[in-house]
Amino acid sequence: MIAARWLMLLVVIQALTVSACNQSTPIPKVSEAKDGKPAYGDAIIEGTIGEASTLIPILASDASSLSVAGQIYNGLVKYDKDLNIVGDLAQSYDISPDGLTITFHLRHGVKWHDGAPFTARDVLYTYRVTIDPKTPTAYAEDFKQVRNITAPDEYTVRVTYGAPFAPALASWGSSILPSHLLEGKDITKSPLSRHPVGTGPYRFKEWIAGQKIVLESNHDYFEGRPYIDRYIYRIIPDTSTMYMELKAGTVDLMNLTPVQYVRQTTGADFTARFNKYRYPSSGYVYMGYNLRHPLFRDKRVRQALTAAIDKDEIIHGVLFGMGQKAMGPIVPGRWAYNPHIKDIPYDPGHAAELLAQAGWTQKNADGILVKDGKPFSFTILTNQGNQQRLLTAQIVQQRLSHVGIDVKIRVVEWATFLKEFVDKGNFEVVLLGWNTSQDPDMYDVWHSSKTNPGELNFIGFKNPEVDRLLVEGRSTFDIEKRKKAYYRIQDILADEQPYTFLYVPDALPVVSSRIHGIKPAPAGIGYNQILWYVPKTEQVY
Amino acid sequence: MAFKHTYFYSVFWQRLKCNRLAMVGGWVVALLFVVSLLAPLLAPYDPNGINAWRVLEPPSWQHWFGTDELGRDVLSRVLYGARISLKVGFVAVGIAVAIGTVVGLVSGYYSGIVDAGLMRVVDIMLCFPAFFLILAVITFLEPSIWYIMMVIGLTGWMGVARLVRAETLSIREMDYIMAARCIGCSNMRIIFRHILPNTVSPILVSATLGIAGAILTESALSFLGIGVQPPTPSWGNILTSGKDYIEFAWWLSLFPGLAILVTVLAYNLLGEGIRDALDPRVKG
Amino acid sequence: MATYLVKRILILIPLMFGITLITFSVIHLAPGEPVEMQVAMNPKVTKEARDRLRKFYGLDKPLHVQYLNWVGKLVRLDLGRSFSPDNRPVVDKIKERLPITLSLNIIALLLEFGLAVPIGILAATHRDTWLDKGITIFVFIGFAVPTFWLALLLMYFFGVKLNWLPISGLHSLGSDSFGLVHYLWDMAKHLLMPVLVASFGSLAGLSRYMRSSMLNVIGQDYITTARAKGLSERVVIYKHALRNALLPLITLFGFSIPGLIGGSVIFETIYAIPGMGQLFYQGVMSRDYPVVMGILVIGAMLTLIGNLIADVSYALADPRIRHG
Repeated sequence: MIAARWLMLLVVIQALTVSACNQSTPIPKVSEAKDGKPAYGDAIIEGTIGEASTLIPILASDASSLSVAGQIYNGLVKYDKDLNIVGDLAQSYDISPDGLTITFHLRHGVKWHDGAPFTARDVLYTYRVTIDPKTPTAYAEDFKQVRNITAPDEYTVRVTYGAPFAPALASWGSSILPSHLLEGKDITKSPLSRHPVGTGPYRFKEWIAGQKIVLESNHDYFEGRPYIDRYIYRIIPDTSTMYMELKAGTVDLMNLTPVQYVRQTTGADFTARFNKYRYPSSGYVYMGYNLRHPLFRDKRVRQALTAAIDKDEIIHGVLFGMGQKAMGPIVPGRWAYNPHIKDIPYDPGHAAELLAQAGWTQKNADGILVKDGKPFSFTILTNQGNQQRLLTAQIVQQRLSHVGIDVKIRVVEWATFLKEFVDKGNFEVVLLGWNTSQDPDMYDVWHSSKTNPGELNFIGFKNPEVDRLLVEGRSTFDIEKRKKAYYRIQDILADEQPYTFLYVPDALPVVSSRIHGIKPAPAGIGYNQILWYVPKTEQVY
Repeated sequence: MAFKHTYFYSVFWQRLKCNRLAMVGGWVVALLFVVSLLAPLLAPYDPNGINAWRVLEPPSWQHWFGTDELGRDVLSRVLYGARISLKVGFVAVGIAVAIGTVVGLVSGYYSGIVDAGLMRVVDIMLCFPAFFLILAVITFLEPSIWYIMMVIGLTGWMGVARLVRAETLSIREMDYIMAARCIGCSNMRIIFRHILPNTVSPILVSATLGIAGAILTESALSFLGIGVQPPTPSWGNILTSGKDYIEFAWWLSLFPGLAILVTVLAYNLLGEGIRDALDPRVKG
Repeated sequence: MATYLVKRILILIPLMFGITLITFSVIHLAPGEPVEMQVAMNPKVTKEARDRLRKFYGLDKPLHVQYLNWVGKLVRLDLGRSFSPDNRPVVDKIKERLPITLSLNIIALLLEFGLAVPIGILAATHRDTWLDKGITIFVFIGFAVPTFWLALLLMYFFGVKLNWLPISGLHSLGSDSFGLVHYLWDMAKHLLMPVLVASFGSLAGLSRYMRSSMLNVIGQDYITTARAKGLSERVVIYKHALRNALLPLITLFGFSIPGLIGGSVIFETIYAIPGMGQLFYQGVMSRDYPVVMGILVIGAMLTLIGNLIADVSYALADPRIRHG
């Protein structure tokens, strides 16, 4: 079920997820309840802001859908609590010495929730339907690298790649779909989107539109029956309401905002009833400069902008300290993270110098820098519905005004944001976030071939050395070689500053103390969910 | 004519003065005008002055209304917010009244097919739940203050149109209009010189009530994140930013909330008072 | 009466055409496209994937073709399929939510009328007293307070502090296994706050209308006559005046209909009530054109029919109109 959550890397809209984090920081557990005896029964209620759109995971890209689907489906592999790739539906796997062929040995005796056996047919089907041009999915790209896929027998799948492809193994964490229910049918019109059938620890029970999705424990789950009988997602669109529901005891699990974590959930009453967790999330928030725009062509200007922004101030003011500085595209704690990046510290004086070197020496009557008669003025675009980013933009605005730069803020609703501004390169600066995958491959975001409209290198970053390193990094399995490539990329980006990397927010889940067995690990808290339990005496549902 | 008008307004004024609630409303409205005009003088701090190290501080001598989630002075923001909120109210209602009046006058004066056509447009517009239309249009365009005012105005003119039309229908039949027509006045002149001044009362009432409604609509849009955009303060967006902290940072929602409440209340009392004072049927 | 009805129904045709036209143009005002939502900043999505989505949804066809297709389907009551990845028929989505919004709003409306009529009468019969003024201020406060603020305050006090009422949603968990009485009681508790908040807001308009309507009637000759005959004040007010004062309320009922179907985005969001308002808001935010168009059109059509019913019942109740 963690496996399906990999897809979360694709989701930028900030969302409720309890998994996906990284290795470094120890996780402070706020209160340690005395563990009673594990027992079956009870239910856990998770609050979710959005309603799932479809429970066929390859068709979904919203966090709500993927979170629910993650309980219902499995991939062939998953990440364990220490973020190592291990088998899931695959009992084991072999990788050929040249790294081009992966052989998955599937588990025997796994049954779909409707009783049909799980076999290699399902894997082949999932592959085929994902790369089918008629399937509106966002996840075809990794599977397209596959040259050949075969099933020598019912329980073996052999995948061959044309060239070494480092993220290959991880890409098989995608949810496997039931071929006996979908084969030969139009997946976009399948009833499975509302009544999914998977192999996971929880099976679908009911979905009451706009209210809740109820899952029941799968007694035949191949890793054992989950203790908690029901997993219920309650749809509560307003954050204030959800927080009140939590306090009233009618929601067991949600993600806190930093201010809630720091200021509103500290009393003895609260800590007796809930356990809070905190660990770095897997995403970072950044300001991206449109490098096609004359203002931002000069490296010194970009460096100056970074030097003029106080990242600590943002982390303190917006995140209440619940986060850390971002310095590059790989979040701290990952194996590919370069601990020696030379970040540009906050220093308005230095910023002014750099700007002066770039020719911005004069100021007009309003105190705004002027060059060739033009004031230094631009607009930060950000997407609607993300309070933290909006607050961040306002702090940046104030800081930049201190060095004589006039900043306007424009918040645009998401669809327009992408279509009208990002895709057309019609922006000056964007304030956005990326969620990153465990694998450091970031070809799509930084390679110069990905700068066309609709692609992800929308700031137009082009650097031949980075291009070469990106290819190098994804086409070898040698960790040391990969590390070298990604370290170097981080150094180059730290110098070039195509983005000002701002911060990595912490994930701040809170869980009712009724739920026992939660063992925070580098993978977060969701990885051992089938072992969570409520002692008989504390069961309420 | 002149005499009639003077008499009419002095009676109106007398009656309005007797309505104490309306007078209180009127004074509050006047006070708000002064406050929003003088906001730069009254505000103790820059409404957009961020201090990330002093966020969400409770009211104190330094910050009478406390600070918000970016450490800005809430009092200053509420004062400046008065400007924005009133501006939204006035411009939106201005647009609604302008369209409604023209449609109502034209419709009532020409009658026949023009009237039928225009009234069908009114009927169509009235079929849509107004807030849905506003929501869709603002989201699809962009939530700038100008669009907000425009869209609130464009979805709010139908009531005015109907009232003005009804008034026009009765005025049209009066002798002095006949007379004007006989001496060869153009239609435009009759409509705008002779009929319009006599439709002022319903317009005035709907404008007063409309301003209150527009302020509320802006706050509802702010709640959904598509009202006036930060950092520009409006009562709606200050209140919205305070909603997540109702429990422990009550000051952030209380002051803008009260500002909206009192203002809308005042406009309503004033509007009702004007209506009563103008209504010949309700005898004083 | 029959000609009146026929006339009224014929008028509906141009109105419906206008409604579809406005709906369609509103939707296409904007630059963004629905596919954007799905492939939103997705590091693994490519240009071809995007075009594929566009084609799948028929967005590559010219506007007028899209419109004609849509109206053609509309006539057959086919509102198309949602752009969201679930791809469900819009009609199904609306069907799920319309009953919730309708019943909630009808309850609120009944409560409004139930409260506003006596309050209005009380204010009218005690005109210009402190009671009248107090009522005026009270009902206007209801109108003037921002809904979401009031809702959150109530939630906090009754839900969290006092723990008397459930905070949001329609049912408690496990309500499926409750007995009927318990089930209804549970639902009533959930609905209490939203219904109160909803009706408090519209009390002002209605009760003020009732008040002036009552005053208007009381000022008329036949009431004076009734009084002169020596009838008791109670009989005069409740037997003679009230009936006529209530008549205009039928029209007002008609006016309330757009609100009935529209529901309220705000308190449906706050109280996590899965009604039309929420559906519409989500549709707007994700550029789910078929859902947005479907709700606007269905909402407007139902309003048309509602108004027709209101007009006809008014005509039935008031003989002056029937032959007009």
